[in-house]
Amino acid sequence: MRDADQGAGFGLYVHWPFCQAKCPYCDFNSHVVSAIDQARWKAAYVSEIRRIAGLTGPRVLDTIFFGGGTPSLMDPDVVAAVIDTAREVWAPSNDMEITLEANPTSVEAARFAAYRDAGVNRVSMGIQSLNDADLKALGRLHSVAEARKAFGIARDCFDRVSFDLIYARQNQTLDGWKLELTEALDMAADHLSLYQLTIEDGTAFGDRFRRGLLRGLPDDDAGADMYEATQELCNAAGMPAYEVSNHARKSSESRHNMLYWQAGDYAGIGPGAHGRLTLNGLRHATDTPLQPTDWLRAVETGGTGDLTVQPVDGAEQGLEYLLMGLRITGGIDLGRYRSMGGAPLDRAGLERMVDAGLVEQEAGRLRVTPRGRPLLNAVLREIAP
Amino acid sequence: MTELAYIRNFSIVAHIDHGKSTLADRLIQLTGTVAERDMKEQMLDAMDIERERGITIKANTVRIDYPAKDGHTYVLNLIDTPGHVDFGYEVSRSMRAVEGSLLVVDASQGVEAQTLANVYQAIDADHEIVPVLNKVDLPAAEPDRVREQIEDVIGIEAHDAVLISAKTGLGIPDVLEAIVTRLPPPKTGDRDAPLKAMLVDSKYDSYLGVIVIVRIIDGVLKKGDRIRMMKTGGTYDVDDVGVYRPAMTSVGELGPGEIGYLNASIKQVRDTRVGDTITHEKRQTETALPGFKPSIPVVFCGLFPVDANDFEDMRDAIEKLALNDASFTFEMETSAALGFGFRCGFLGLLHLEVIRDRLEREYDIDLITTAPSVVYRIFTRDGEMRELHNPADMPDPATVEHIEEPRIKATILVPDEYLGDVLKLCQDRRGIQLDLTYAGSRAMAVYDLPLNEVVFDFYDRLKSVTKGYASFDYAIEGYREDNLVKMSVLVNDEPVDALSMMVHRDRAEMRGRAMCEKLKELIPRHMFKIPIQAAIGGKVIARETLAALRKDVTAKCYGGDATRKKKLLEKQKAGKKKMRQFGKVEIPQQAFINALKMDS
Ligand SMILES: Nc1nc2c(ncn2[C@@H]2O[C@H](COP(=O)(O)OP(=O)(O)OP(=O)(O)O)[C@@H](O)[C@H]2O)c(=O)[nH]1
Ligand SMILES: C[S@@+](CC[C@H](N)C(=O)[O-])C[C@H]1O[C@@H](n2cnc3c(N)ncnc32)[C@H](O)[C@@H]1O
Ligand code: SF4
Ligand SMILES: [Mg+2]
Repeated sequence: MRDADQGAGFGLYVHWPFCQAKCPYCDFNSHVVSAIDQARWKAAYVSEIRRIAGLTGPRVLDTIFFGGGTPSLMDPDVVAAVIDTAREVWAPSNDMEITLEANPTSVEAARFAAYRDAGVNRVSMGIQSLNDADLKALGRLHSVAEARKAFGIARDCFDRVSFDLIYARQNQTLDGWKLELTEALDMAADHLSLYQLTIEDGTAFGDRFRRGLLRGLPDDDAGADMYEATQELCNAAGMPAYEVSNHARKSSESRHNMLYWQAGDYAGIGPGAHGRLTLNGLRHATDTPLQPTDWLRAVETGGTGDLTVQPVDGAEQGLEYLLMGLRITGGIDLGRYRSMGGAPLDRAGLERMVDAGLVEQEAGRLRVTPRGRPLLNAVLREIAP
Repeated sequence: MTELAYIRNFSIVAHIDHGKSTLADRLIQLTGTVAERDMKEQMLDAMDIERERGITIKANTVRIDYPAKDGHTYVLNLIDTPGHVDFGYEVSRSMRAVEGSLLVVDASQGVEAQTLANVYQAIDADHEIVPVLNKVDLPAAEPDRVREQIEDVIGIEAHDAVLISAKTGLGIPDVLEAIVTRLPPPKTGDRDAPLKAMLVDSKYDSYLGVIVIVRIIDGVLKKGDRIRMMKTGGTYDVDDVGVYRPAMTSVGELGPGEIGYLNASIKQVRDTRVGDTITHEKRQTETALPGFKPSIPVVFCGLFPVDANDFEDMRDAIEKLALNDASFTFEMETSAALGFGFRCGFLGLLHLEVIRDRLEREYDIDLITTAPSVVYRIFTRDGEMRELHNPADMPDPATVEHIEEPRIKATILVPDEYLGDVLKLCQDRRGIQLDLTYAGSRAMAVYDLPLNEVVFDFYDRLKSVTKGYASFDYAIEGYREDNLVKMSVLVNDEPVDALSMMVHRDRAEMRGRAMCEKLKELIPRHMFKIPIQAAIGGKVIARETLAALRKDVTAKCYGGDATRKKKLLEKQKAGKKKMRQFGKVEIPQQAFINALKMDS
């Protein structure tokens, strides 16, 4: 019983909100604490899965994703409990993808085998840079050598392994990035995420930037050059972009992330996790408290008031589909956009974008061209209703 | 009704921030005029904008009772005045209503430009002056040196200056004694003569309507009286008379020498004229007071609603604000680029900012401010003269015989080590040195400068080249002919009238280059490249190209959190609303004013 009518399938996102240290660029919901009561978290996750299963009823589960934070700090036993419970309450698809985000330190690599035994079959590692000085500047706790070693262990344990790099870092040159990326492509298995460094408000980098103390960042043009070089090198290596920052060999895309981009259904558990669920034919958004302690309290007291479930109207759904769907090379299905209730696009803007070669419309689909992709936000401002 | 001998009327004057309002606080506090629990800092600065910026904009009157050492209780009427040069007019008219001044000088800073300007006005008004050295609590205070400076630079006796700290309260009893012993009582005042009162100020109160501040010269003013304004000819029935303590407090009557307010159901501040003589309709005084020179706006700019649909709301808001402030002028203006708006005249740039802030905040309208300009006199070949308030209205140069611009006399006080930079700045701004003298380690430079070179960012530049140690005052001197031209700006080959400005021909290339470079920074990149040019007539004198946008995409998507992306799009769309469309190009609202800021 595949959910054909519900778009792209159904997944489970599990947010683990703890890290060993806070990286200066990162504004994800991650916290550094002295002790974590793993048993308590295990119980809370299990109870959340059961609560949501109560809402969804029986469904086929296609993916599970442990994101963070640093999920590789989870006890394998907690991971196992989540996977087992999910398999119990929903029907697992026979090729279920189960991804865990991991930081590449030796301590964490030591747990990889146990994660595999728990059911994890894909790992996404935050390597961030192949240059030791830069890893330091990014506040990372691992060296390049350690990361490579951890990556090797991961490859031994899992069929599918991806890793993340951040580029357009301080004092990075175009040539430096090309060399680094070439090394990365040599190393890569089937999937690679290449993120341009974003300076986020409320992070250590954000504060330094505001005070003019974050020097040596590549300017817009240099950043654009690096993006273009990234596309060329990855295309040549057989790992073209299938999303703004994600590259994969054929059929090795992250199926879980594709759910987000194709307006699929996903349950979200853990602090700050969002979900989108089709309940009785109506799409709903679920939300949770951001602070780990608030979330635990809400779950443990059955305080469902803080664990919200709200209907999403058609125009809103359409907008989400547009914003997420144009990130991927396949774009969006205009028929589906209309049938979910998406508001008419800005005609004049759309025409301008098509004329400029940034957007194309073909066989009922709307796509952003490779030239338009780096300008996606500007394109969306023009065409969004 | 108090005997003249026991009345003292005085203004508190000083350079900006030397502590006038804080001294007023202490005088109010020590005399018990306000209960301790109701005191707050600079309590007379009641307007939001005053509290936020920590400066006084409107002069304020307070009556306090002071039992002096001689056993008599005196009525003291103090007027706290603003220090900023834009509001100098408030100081001069306040002085006309009183007989003496407390000249406050910050003992750590010494004499500054507005100290001088205020002293000269006080001398002009025949005031007794009591120098007060404030902030002696500061480690950097040098009362002896400043005393000497007052004697050298200003030429008034300062050996018996009162040493105080308005912050800690030190020396305040001495100030009160000095007020009764050293300042004179009102000179004349005949209770039985026909009413003669000076209209010192008027302000708009949203509950009470127009409140008029009066100084009684002769006669008695009571509730129920029918009064006549001698200049404007208006007649009104007085509903209430009272004094500020500092809350409005009704009194039975105001007699000779007293300062207070009257309320007579006057609709608009514009119906009253500051300096007018108020008398009784039935029994009029024979001689009117000389009156004051009206304040005149010297800086003009266009104000346009960002959203053209807000125009009617904006008209409403401007009219309401004008009820409150007679010192700014406005008339409707249309711009090809910006649509309908108003051309407004102000006393100076701070005044402009204050009015714009109030419109934006109190009436919730986003505004575009165009390049501030001064009033030029255009002499045409057919022998006519007309005033040009807006560069966009500049007639065809072929019909123009010559153009005159307003000039000012600027006085700048600056520590020696920065003098070189100050002279260079004045030189760069087409200044002519009139005088250069020294007092101790400070120099006083007097310059003849074109107002248009000063209006915009001169004061900011002066502060930055002297690290804040220079002070500056100016007065309008007159008009002089010069080689002036209109410079227009083209963005993506379309002229943007709101950016055109009058410049001196010799400075045109420099200004044009600076303007194009600034606009290149201020206009966000678009999906195509945009030429930006400055031109005189048809001739391009400066050019820059804004490259096309190459990258604008969110790198990392936060899991399933589409909400975040929607917020970003909403924010960007809202940002787009703060822009104005010129042909295919969107120019942010801030660019119109920021494009003018120069680095030299
Ligand atoms: N240390 C110290 N600070 C003082 C003293 N008197 C005033 N100040 C501070 O100086 C600043 C300016 O004081 P105000 O009383 O607002 O000055 P002002 O002369 O009324 O200023 P304008 O009305 O803007 O011209 C404030 O931050 C006061 O707290 C004093 O005796 N000692
Ligand atoms: C949610 S983080 C978690 C991964 C894991 N904790 C780690 O750091 O290795 C996922 C990825 O987002 C990317 N990322 C985080 N903050 C970023 C930023 N400010 N700019 C660009 N990429 C960022 C990093 O590559 C990171 O690996
Ligand atoms: S980048 Fe990863 S490790 Fe660093 S703070 Fe963010 S989530 Fe934690
Ligand atoms: Mg003040």
